This record gives sequence, structure tokens and C-alpha cells, in this order.
Amino acid sequence: MNNAGAHAPRAQMRRLEPAAIGGVMSREVANFRTFWKATTFSSVLEPVIYLLAFGLGLGATLVDRVDGLDYVEYVGTGMVATAVIFSSALPAMFGTFVKERFQRTYDAILAAPVDVEELVTAEMLWIGLRSGIYGCFPLLVSMLFGLDPAPGMLLVPFFCFFTALGFAAFGIAVAASVSKIDQFNYVTTLFITPLFLVAGTFFPIDQLPEGVQVASQLNPLHHLVELVRDAAFGFELTDLLRVAFLLVFAVSLWRLAVSRMERRLID
Amino acid sequence: MAAIELHGVVKRFGPITAVDGLDLEVPKGICLGLLGPNGAGKSTTMRLLTGQATADEGDIRVLGFELPGESKEARAEMGVVPQLDNLDVDVSVEDNLAVFARLYRVRDVRGAVDRGLALSRLEGRRRDAVDQLSGGMRRRLLLARGLIHDPRLILLDEPTVGLDPQIRTELWSLIDSLRSRGTTILMSTHYIEEAERLADEVAVMAHGKIISRGKPSELVAQHAGRETAEVYAPPQRLAEVRARAEAHGLRVRPAGPAIAIVGAERATDGAIPPEAIRRAASLEDVFVLLTGEEAE
Repeated sequence: MNNAGAHAPRAQMRRLEPAAIGGVMSREVANFRTFWKATTFSSVLEPVIYLLAFGLGLGATLVDRVDGLDYVEYVGTGMVATAVIFSSALPAMFGTFVKERFQRTYDAILAAPVDVEELVTAEMLWIGLRSGIYGCFPLLVSMLFGLDPAPGMLLVPFFCFFTALGFAAFGIAVAASVSKIDQFNYVTTLFITPLFLVAGTFFPIDQLPEGVQVASQLNPLHHLVELVRDAAFGFELTDLLRVAFLLVFAVSLWRLAVSRMERRLID
Repeated sequence: MAAIELHGVVKRFGPITAVDGLDLEVPKGICLGLLGPNGAGKSTTMRLLTGQATADEGDIRVLGFELPGESKEARAEMGVVPQLDNLDVDVSVEDNLAVFARLYRVRDVRGAVDRGLALSRLEGRRRDAVDQLSGGMRRRLLLARGLIHDPRLILLDEPTVGLDPQIRTELWSLIDSLRSRGTTILMSTHYIEEAERLADEVAVMAHGKIISRGKPSELVAQHAGRETAEVYAPPQRLAEVRARAEAHGLRVRPAGPAIAIVGAERATDGAIPPEAIRRAASLEDVFVLLTGEEAE
């Protein structure tokens, strides 16, 4: 080895360099290869269990049809959003905290020519890609329970991807704001559980009190639920607004996550 | 142009001033040992150089780049070996290297990984997960990861802390081979022997600034003279010996169960008891004289 030629020529480095983002994502891929079986197993089996319990259990005994859909179709399409939040917000919270605090991974990465903005963006993109795929599993499982395939469903991975970007950023921002890992309990109880329960996954929200209905218009998961149902049963014009809402959610949480992480990682 | 230039650098953490008006230049091609007790500000200095901490006052230039603005450019050309192991433990040895080759924008990732494996002598373990390696292997891998892009400057933060003597010696020869290739090295350590063996120059740091700097032999001659006399005895006897030596104008420092009388070659008759063991003055004598007796 000698000191000439091995590294790239000196050039002004830019923000959000694809090489830096790709490098950080390649680290995630290398790690994912060691645990993908367990994650994928639960991502496939979880919707099966939910569909059996809610779709068949409730559907056969208490509920027959909701909003003109078989209850299995209703829950199966709604569960896409559940899969997305649980494969984005939670891994982002725990993964970020563990990498920052216990494994000191970010210390190693930031000593290389990677800045916090690139680091956060890469983590979000990776989680978004994963959730984009995992989000489709409930839909595929529902087809085994009788859901008919529709061309609109080809857009579902993209809806999941954008929603997951926002929730990944949410998780990263939370991890960068808490001082102890136990404090995640407040976040899951106060935010994640209500968001996923009152999203229109298991029951329609238009029968809830008016205040709750208005509040759920601010719930990104609710918009994802509606988008996925419309992908299966026919789009409406308001779906464009829902997509716009999800994009605004992703971009604003991205900026929040970057600034929280800069405060946490740079002394 | 020096590889590293710090002028009047101050870094505060709330009420604590970790770095307090630090001036330090590291010329190209030397190994500078940054020696200091725990809490002296060595690790904060290292973090300032990688842009992971931002100075409150002062100027920092690394490889000609102004920090913090051009920190990313500087980081592209320097390698960092951290004090604490932050390898990805579930991931294979070669993937650990490959990820950092990409982060450092190395064009030939595979070639860089092979060189890193050769340097760390882990060719036979390339597909093994890091958590299957011994402590010494992990340290070698950490060093190889920091060198994956063949940097012009290397920051070594306590490179052999917590390692047994065999592994320490092995790492020392690795570091020495880098120095002989002309790579600039800034190495923080609180192991005196490490600084003595590897460093062309030593800077002693205490309370956030450099209090003395020079070649190890010059520092010893300047601060500790030629000879040190050590006396092992019960505490009461040690107190008497110490009082007498100090009455004769000699400097005395505690040395575990003993005391060390520094500058013994200048002692007048009766200043040092006959049972004292005389030895050559060492960097450790300098270190303790300069940074104080009590550990923080």
C-alpha cells in the first residue's frame, strides 16, 4: 500500500451524497442478513393470526360486513397499515437507540465522511424499503382468505414505503430524544397503540365521536388504511390528498429526525 | 503545513471545561503520543478532530481542511481507531471491512477488504462473525477497518487499552510499521510504555491543555534528570526518607508501595538512604511529576 491513488481525488463534498447513504444502507443490509428469517417469519405469521382471530372469529360471530366489505377483506386490507407501523416505528426506535448507545455504531460511521443527515436518511430509506415489502404480506395472506387481486394493489408497496419513511423518522427522533430505553413505553402507549387502533383497521372510524374522527384525519396510518382499501376496491379523488398528506408527514418528520440526531450525536 | 493544527481550542460541557485553550501541532509523518491522565481531555480532543464535537473557541485545521466546515473532507483522508470496540458483532469480518470501504468511497472494495484481511491476519476468518473472534483479533480488525482507505493521518484513541501484553506488543509492531511508511499518527494513551515505544514526540496533557512536549528522551532529561532512586519501606520510614530528600532539594513522587526520588544523580550525601534502588529516569517519572500525584 502506498499513500497515493487509493483514495478518490480531493473534491468538495456535498450534502446527501449517494455514496454515503448507500454505504450506511449496506451496513444495514449486512446486519439484516443475520436476522431476516426471524423478522420475515413474524411478518408473515402475524397477519395470519390476526385474520384468523378477527376476520374469522369476529366475522363469523359478531360482524358480517363492514362498509360493504366482507370482514376478512376489511381487516386484511387494514392490516397493511399495522404491518407498516410495526416494521418501521418500533425498529427505528429500538435500532437507533441500540446503535447509538450500546453498540456505538454511529460513532464509527460519523468518523468516516458521512454526516448526520446522510446517516438518518439512509436509515429511513432502508426501513422504508423493508416496510414497503413487509406491508404487502397481509394483503398476500388475505388473498388466501378470499381477497381478490386488483391492479391498484401494485401501488401498495409505494404507499407503504412513504408512510414507513415518516414513521421511521418518528422512531429515530424519539430515540434521539429519550435518555433511557424504558421511556419508549410512554411513546408506544401514548402514540403507537392509539394510532394503530384508531386507523380504521378493525372498525370504521365514522361511527366514533366527532372529535376522534377529526383527530384521525391527522393519523397517517388512517390515510394508509384508506389508500390500501381503495387500491383493492377502487381509487377516489381524495386519495391524492391522502398521498400528499403522507409525503408531508415523511418530509417534516425527516427534518425533525435529522435535527434531533444532530443534537444527540454532535457534542 | 502540519497535519493537525489546533490553536486556542476550548470545549465546554456545561460547567466542565474539557479542553481549555489547547494549542497543538502535529507535523506530517510523525507519531505523536498524547499522554495524560483520565479526564485530561484526550478523548474530547480526538472527537474535535473528527467533527463529532464542535469547539466553542479556537481554530482547528486537519490536513489543511478547516473544521468544522470542511470536516467531511478531512475525515475522508484520515482513519480513526476508537478506544471502544464498535464493530458489528453479528456481521462477518469481511462485511465489517467492506461497509467501511464503501463509507470511505474506496473504489476497489474487494481489494481493500483483502488488504485489510492481510493486515489483520484474519484471511482464514473472513466469513466468521465478529463475535466469534478473540479480543486480540477484534482489535486488529478495528485497526484494519480504520486503515481501509489507506489514510494519510490516523487517530488512535487508546489503541491497546484492556489488552494483555502479548496482544499489546503485536499491535505495537503494527502501528510501528505504519509509522515507518510515513503515515502521520496521533495516538492518545495513558500507558507510558506505549508512548515511549511508539511516539517520536510526546505531548503531556492535563486539565485540557498541553503542559509539556518533546521527544521522550528530552522530556525525561528536562524534567526528571538521569537517575531515579526508589525506596521500598513501611509508610513511616517512607515519610522520613521523603522529608530528608525534600530537605535536600530533591523532588519525590509516590510510586505505589514505594517512593521515587527524582534527579538522584544530583543528590548530596545523606539525601538518599543506602537501601534505595537506583534506575534510569523514565517517562513515568515525568508524567507523574507533571500531572500531579492524585488520580482523578
